[in-house]
Amino acid sequence: MLELRAVEAAYGARRVLRGIDLRVRAGELVALAGPNGCGKTTLLRVVSGAHPAARGDVLVDGEPIQRAGSRRLAQRIAVVAQGAPLPDGFSAFDVAMMGRTPHLGLLQSEGGRDIDIVRAAMLRTRSWDLRARPVDELSGGERQRVLIARALAQEPRLLLLDEPTSHLDLAHQVDTFRLLRELCAADGIAALAVVHDLTLAATFADRVALIADGRVAADGAPATVLRAETIERVYGVPVRVLAHPRTGLPIVVPDAARERSDGAAFAGVAGGAP
Amino acid sequence: MQIAPARRARLAAPDDAPPLVTWRTQAPLFLLAALGTLLVALFAVSWGTVDIPPRTTLSILAGHLPFISTGEHAATADAIIWQVRMPRVLLAGMVGATLAFSGAAYQGVFRNPLAEPYLLGVAAGASVGATLMIISPLFVVAGMFSPVPPAAFAGALIAVALSYGLARNGGSVPAASLILAGVAVSSIGTAVVTYLMLTYNERTLEILNWILGGFNTATWTDAAILLPYAALALAGIAPLARIINVMQLDEDEARHLGVNVEAVKVAVLALASLATAAAVSVSGIIGFVGLIVPHAVRMAWGPDYRRLLPLSALFGAAFLILADLIARSINPGYEVPIGVITALVGAPFFLALLRRQGAGRRPA
Repeated sequence: MLELRAVEAAYGARRVLRGIDLRVRAGELVALAGPNGCGKTTLLRVVSGAHPAARGDVLVDGEPIQRAGSRRLAQRIAVVAQGAPLPDGFSAFDVAMMGRTPHLGLLQSEGGRDIDIVRAAMLRTRSWDLRARPVDELSGGERQRVLIARALAQEPRLLLLDEPTSHLDLAHQVDTFRLLRELCAADGIAALAVVHDLTLAATFADRVALIADGRVAADGAPATVLRAETIERVYGVPVRVLAHPRTGLPIVVPDAARERSDGAAFAGVAGGAP
Repeated sequence: MQIAPARRARLAAPDDAPPLVTWRTQAPLFLLAALGTLLVALFAVSWGTVDIPPRTTLSILAGHLPFISTGEHAATADAIIWQVRMPRVLLAGMVGATLAFSGAAYQGVFRNPLAEPYLLGVAAGASVGATLMIISPLFVVAGMFSPVPPAAFAGALIAVALSYGLARNGGSVPAASLILAGVAVSSIGTAVVTYLMLTYNERTLEILNWILGGFNTATWTDAAILLPYAALALAGIAPLARIINVMQLDEDEARHLGVNVEAVKVAVLALASLATAAAVSVSGIIGFVGLIVPHAVRMAWGPDYRRLLPLSALFGAAFLILADLIARSINPGYEVPIGVITALVGAPFFLALLRRQGAGRRPA
């Protein structure tokens, strides 16, 4: 579905991505994790076409994204950005309907089919009851559901999410990831999500890709990637990885006791991260 | 009566979605607004120092249409209606529509509530062009075709091109840079005009008269000059209303939805600036219309540009026709500059709307 080959990207002279290789298959939920500033968001921007890759190939369904053109790309890739502002006064339905934009011609108006698709997307994200509400009055969790509904209205094959749960409480976090899981499983949508909470990533993602310093430091099933030594190398902070008593999935907790005793040594190790 | 759950679900399905805003669903609203604007225009054409009943006015107007004969009218009444008031009201309406429509479009692509059609230096540029023409020897020899409007038009376009050129950075033109460049270009223009006005003080009054603007010298020619630009802007920008809605998200989000943000921005700014430049060149600088009319429409009918753009044009026309009517009838014999009226009448009206909206909204 999505394939990145030796992708490099820079902001001016600052190189942010230094050769990323990554694959996301249809129906797969991949969590992208790593320290702040490691290039996760840039990676999403490159895949969505918002930022050009300096080198390497980004292929969606085998086709380089720069060849697809922005409208055709938007028919395949939907983005749920972090903290995206929503315009005052528009209803949740209006905003979800904007997801139909890449499927409408310049002079075309929305029709019954678009209403059906938006209704299905909003029902799925349990935001249909919010349809008449102005988006500026919605809570964080409600906004997120409307944004995911808008993304689904694009009928994408690939969903890119930048910290989809960062402003949400525990229940809404779990809710969001359950929904993503279900979309991947039932619709075969591929999802690539930046996730800071490693335990959350381990619980819901098929794979975790750890990014450090513009490169993929580790990529694989949560249990193989989320080992204490790997996380400590990437984040430069002491952690303990426990196993969930029932599922066996990794639970990552900071190892505060160790940090207090030899935190200075770890600060030295952290030098690799920008 | 009880409705079985299954049946209720089926009943709910077709019409439980909020209504779509399309040309078809909004047609009644637009027609009503257009009718209101026409009534305002008819009233304005009938009203004046020589009072002519609306029926006579209609009859005279109809008589000027091809193939319609409405009998003889007094030559003076006919001249007043057809040669004086009609072009005046028409021009005021067209300028009002152009400014309000362009203001709404500017606010849309800049996503900035303070954006207005003079933002990129149209007014200052037009003033420089007009001032240079007025102080030049050409101005004296000018007969019935004044060279001032073309000079103002050229000045306005040069100013916009300058703002755009200054703000351009690689392939894109960031909205914030464009606004700042517009402010800078406007300041330069204003400074030049002030200097010229003081240096050529024998022409100060003419310059000031032009800048303050108004419709007391309106002719059919002025209206004909403006028409193609206004029509082009309307026809070019109105179909983009749905895309302008999407651009309210933010530029990156709009791009993710497949919108070619830069192309839309350039097209809207070019068309709106061209129309504004044409409006300013035949009417002088009339402030406030392009700022408050779109906001008033937004407060009453919401932020959807598919309603906002057409209604701004219609209410902008009605607003400026009324403002001009007040300007010419408040003190017969001496016309109050129309910009004074738009500010004095428009601002309190706008503030009242703002307060009413504030009262209706629950605290966030």
